[in-house]
Amino acid sequence: MTREIAVVAFAQTDHRRTSDELSEVEMLMPVLHEVLDRTGLKTSDIGFTCSGSSDYLAGRAFSFTLALDGVGAWPPISESHVEMDGAWALYEAWTKLLTGDADTALVYAYGKSSPGPVRDVLTRQLDPYYVAPLWPDSVALAALQAQALIDEGHTDEPALAAVAARSRADARANPHAQLRGSVPHGDYVVHPLRTGDCPPIGDGAAAVILAAGERARELCERPAWIRGIDHRIEAHSLGVRELTDSPSTRLAAEKAGAFERPVDTAELHAPFTSQEVVLRKALRLGDDVRVNPSGGALAANPIMAAGLVRIGEAAARIHRGESDRALAHATSGPCLQQNLVAVLEGEARHVQ
Amino acid sequence: MTTEVLKAPLVVEFPFTRSLGPVQSAFLTGLREQVVLGVRTTDGRTLVPPVEYAPVTADEIRDLVQVAPTGTVTTWAWNHAPRRDQPLETPFAWVLVRLDGADTALLHALDAPGPDAVHTGMRVRVRWAAERTGAITDIACFEPYDSASDSEVAAHDGQFESMVTGIVAQARLDYSYSPGRAQTAYISALADRRIVGERCPSCRKVYVPPRGACPTCGVATAEQVQVGPGGTVTTFCIVNIKARNLDIEVPYVYAHIALDGADLALHGRIGGIPYDQVRMGLRVEPVWTEGGRYPDHYRPTGEPDADYETFKELL
Repeated sequence: MTREIAVVAFAQTDHRRTSDELSEVEMLMPVLHEVLDRTGLKTSDIGFTCSGSSDYLAGRAFSFTLALDGVGAWPPISESHVEMDGAWALYEAWTKLLTGDADTALVYAYGKSSPGPVRDVLTRQLDPYYVAPLWPDSVALAALQAQALIDEGHTDEPALAAVAARSRADARANPHAQLRGSVPHGDYVVHPLRTGDCPPIGDGAAAVILAAGERARELCERPAWIRGIDHRIEAHSLGVRELTDSPSTRLAAEKAGAFERPVDTAELHAPFTSQEVVLRKALRLGDDVRVNPSGGALAANPIMAAGLVRIGEAAARIHRGESDRALAHATSGPCLQQNLVAVLEGEARHVQ
Repeated sequence: MTTEVLKAPLVVEFPFTRSLGPVQSAFLTGLREQVVLGVRTTDGRTLVPPVEYAPVTADEIRDLVQVAPTGTVTTWAWNHAPRRDQPLETPFAWVLVRLDGADTALLHALDAPGPDAVHTGMRVRVRWAAERTGAITDIACFEPYDSASDSEVAAHDGQFESMVTGIVAQARLDYSYSPGRAQTAYISALADRRIVGERCPSCRKVYVPPRGACPTCGVATAEQVQVGPGGTVTTFCIVNIKARNLDIEVPYVYAHIALDGADLALHGRIGGIPYDQVRMGLRVEPVWTEGGRYPDHYRPTGEPDADYETFKELL
């Protein structure tokens, strides 16, 4: 019998352009306390802790071990870390709960992009032989994908601008978002992407608590049950991939059961407007699906946490009764190289 | 207490020395010799740049072919503001180029007068770097070149005189480092020759240096507590190897020092006493040098040694 596992709580910082006055642990700690408070759990009650972050972002070696100070990791706790977006930390925690080794898990992620040149920092994740020596920055690579979409007639610049405008308009209702309301679409950063097509650069953190079975029902009035979760990756060489499609997203969605029944909400991790076009197509989202009611990564993109935020936002809508079945997506690498899809459901209200 | 947030430039530089596999070695050596090689997959496709395992089947692939230095742009992006270390210093287009004879595209720069001069499907050719070492940058960039596509490929054994077997990949990232609230307060106090820790509101332990959180309780530390200046050596080691760029005669002693009032030992060098006379329990105090922002080292106070019972919990 497979265990049922749910997201029972979510918290995030306000995402901001800079957070000079806070170290990473100082930025993260209030979020950890908030997410624990929502369930009434203490650190010592948590069965497994898993985090996602990258030392390269802020240029602070071993920052993830310092961040653990905010958890209260003494006496030693059962803990793990991934050098990936927190969505993948959540995946690891989900498998840990599936094994029955733990009934609850704390998942957190944080990223401070403000101290470094993030467009250049991200080049260090590329193929070190053929690509990284050219320093193609993150906006340049997304722009190559956007141009391919335009060339093939999947979108055009006004349609991309509309994605940006809708995202930031929706973010008006999200007090944590960095860019809200009417934001000028701006000049080209790398043609055909303009400032408005790119995510804001900023700092932030997020945390989620997972719980299994009855424990989830004790901790949350309406748990967001993870009906399926899967992640897939494509070849690293951009020239081998079909940039206008995302077969890895589609496969992850299929394995997660996303196509079995329609979802009412989708939180997509599309840092660039053009990537939403790719994801909508890969996930076959109809116009009736509410996409990124939070504003998505175009409104706040704390790197390493933005994918976990998508899962948290989708879960929070289920907690509040605003969604019954939601899809959450996270991405990593250039041009949607690696993709994770989770399907979350709330139980029918009459069952409660 | 509010303190101005400290900030300092931080440069992270790392030259990675990477060895090459047989296919990468042939490809990069080929670029040095102005030859572009691809690799054939078991399903008959030609990959440029070549890899050692097929992206779809994961088969080991070794059949090299020579492709043309001309090709077709499959997508592009105009970069009006080149960044440090990018292939060209003047505005250029990022391009994916499918070389004639290849089935996949290579990422590089295209030297063109402006975005209006670039389009998907345009024909280009390699512009070779004047000095070539066996690296992707041996292709200086691509340039517009009207020509018919020639998809003839020829088998190639991948062998050249003096094969390139490795590359050194330089990387430099410039950060602006800010230590955060707790460490800013600590460093600022040090400049006044005061050592200030922070107390956990829950377990009451005083951490020096403070990092803003109690690792046992997982809560913010906020109450500032001045500690020392005297302290006790809890444990130590004798350093016999001279560190690079460090002007300290060996052997010397590096110790854990529990400052009076602190619940966590910090590290420091012990001076003013022969290295072989340092002992657990030795009472020490910080020595500040002119203009120094932190203690240069710690020296004996002359007090009687501390009793083991008084510091055993701090080991």
